[in-house]
Amino acid sequence: MSAELMISARGVRKSFGEVEAVRGIDVSVQRGEAFGFLGPNGAGKSSTMRMISAVSPVSAGELRILGLDPATDGPEIRARIGVCPQEDTLDTELNVRENLYVYGRYFGLPRREVRARVDELLEFAQLTEKATTVVDHLSGGMKRRLTIARSLINRPEILILDEPTTGLDPQARHVIWDRLFRLKQQGVTLILTTHYMDEAEQLTDRLVVMDKGRIAAEGSPLGLIEQFSTREVAELRFGVGQHEALAEQVRDLAKRVEVLPDRLLMYSDDGESVVAGVHERGLTPLVTLVRRATLEDVFLRLTGRTLVD
Amino acid sequence: MTEISADGPRAAAPRTVLEGAWRLADFWAISYRRTWKGSVISSFVEPLLYVVAMGVLLGGFVDASDDSLEGAGSYLAFVAPGLLAAHSMTTVFGEASYPVLGKIIWDKAYFSMVASPLGIGSVVLAHVGFMLLRVAVSGAVFTAVMALFGVYAGVGGALGAWLVQVLIGAAFATPLYAYAVSLKTDVGFAPVFRLGMIPMFLFSGAFFPVANLPVPLEVAARFTPLWHGVDLTRMLSLGTFEPLATLVHLAFLTAFAVVGWHLSVRQLTRRMMT
Repeated sequence: MSAELMISARGVRKSFGEVEAVRGIDVSVQRGEAFGFLGPNGAGKSSTMRMISAVSPVSAGELRILGLDPATDGPEIRARIGVCPQEDTLDTELNVRENLYVYGRYFGLPRREVRARVDELLEFAQLTEKATTVVDHLSGGMKRRLTIARSLINRPEILILDEPTTGLDPQARHVIWDRLFRLKQQGVTLILTTHYMDEAEQLTDRLVVMDKGRIAAEGSPLGLIEQFSTREVAELRFGVGQHEALAEQVRDLAKRVEVLPDRLLMYSDDGESVVAGVHERGLTPLVTLVRRATLEDVFLRLTGRTLVD
Repeated sequence: MTEISADGPRAAAPRTVLEGAWRLADFWAISYRRTWKGSVISSFVEPLLYVVAMGVLLGGFVDASDDSLEGAGSYLAFVAPGLLAAHSMTTVFGEASYPVLGKIIWDKAYFSMVASPLGIGSVVLAHVGFMLLRVAVSGAVFTAVMALFGVYAGVGGALGAWLVQVLIGAAFATPLYAYAVSLKTDVGFAPVFRLGMIPMFLFSGAFFPVANLPVPLEVAARFTPLWHGVDLTRMLSLGTFEPLATLVHLAFLTAFAVVGWHLSVRQLTRRMMT
């Protein structure tokens, strides 16, 4: 079977009373893909994740997960997916091993089988030494790894991760990225949300940018950057309150200029020559930085706002 | 080892609500192993203290005829079955209030349960089942203490009185559960304890015959599940068993449990599957 459809959403909406959190999205995810939902808080990512996790009925549209309808086959779907929620839902009074064990039992696996999988997952999550530690005493990164390990107990065909590394320090994030990358190489379909563009670039093959409940753009991280941004960006910082006025003086030097409260972003395929041009006009920014364009720039272009406010 | 293997038995959805609830047995057993110490006093020591204080010591001052004590030969024999039923009720109030809401707003254990193939019915059944197991165990201890003091008319009655504690527990557990999962915060519990549990405990016939109450209050008392539980427990314990009254009691308590069950499943679905 080629290109097996793991998730298919057509015009999916989600409303809570008057509030429309998801306003009609179309998404298809193939087996083995790592697919991302990128967007700021409140974009509708978590509502989408809950629908895909088969714990939240769609308000309108058609959603199929593993070819099944979550409205009628919720338990069957949930038996075959793994969910790592945004907020850890570990039992803080139980120890690491107990958390994995009781969760495995929910899936109807025999006790012996669960015990064997728990040992394997402790290794995978680098938590073997912490097996008998009560969850309350774990660091944030360890709790996150435990939550991910727990979501793998049923050997899911799709792993759904809602903000897997939010709130973690850089080192802890890299450990988790490494583990997720291994899973992807093993063929697990990954669905993740994030508001970190570097996370999306590292982990996803394809992503959608969500804004206000809609999909603003879809593509591969590089494809989106090529489509919606230049190759490089020159960031210039001037004195407080000068950016708006100065932007007019340099606008012609770049393909596009964005004015942020604390800096100018000048989009060009050659950032250094933009900086040189600015200096030639007698302007001396307090700080200059030339960098590669990222998904953050794509998001800014699409929505006029930054991702992390 | 950094890879996870891909073979082995496959996870599956439970075929029945009961099968799903059974998958939660290990969770409840392991959780209880962490917290059982706190429940020992209430389950095992309290019954003895109540029977001694109310039945033996206070009862020593009560000089009433068998008729005025609904056929009990002594105040001890009258009050002990009432205490047993009331204890089943208070056990459930403790278990079906804060610990239930806590599974949603504090430790969030319900969220991980519903993320698995388990259905809402299984989650409710397992938790209520755990409460009823607690009621059964503390009821057994209570029954043993009462037997020690010679309260029971016979073995069959003792066994019957013990078994109906589970029904009394269910009659309180499911309506309270439905209420608990509807709350946003725990402030909603204090009024239920103060205005529901304590008046019922005091005035539903556990300590004195409800016929002693003014008529409107007596009628009100007869509509509480605790009175039905107390009267049923007492009739079985003392061998003053009346078939029609027994049926009414069983029907009343069962109705509470069944209606409460449906409300619980509906409310928890609304709360978790939004």
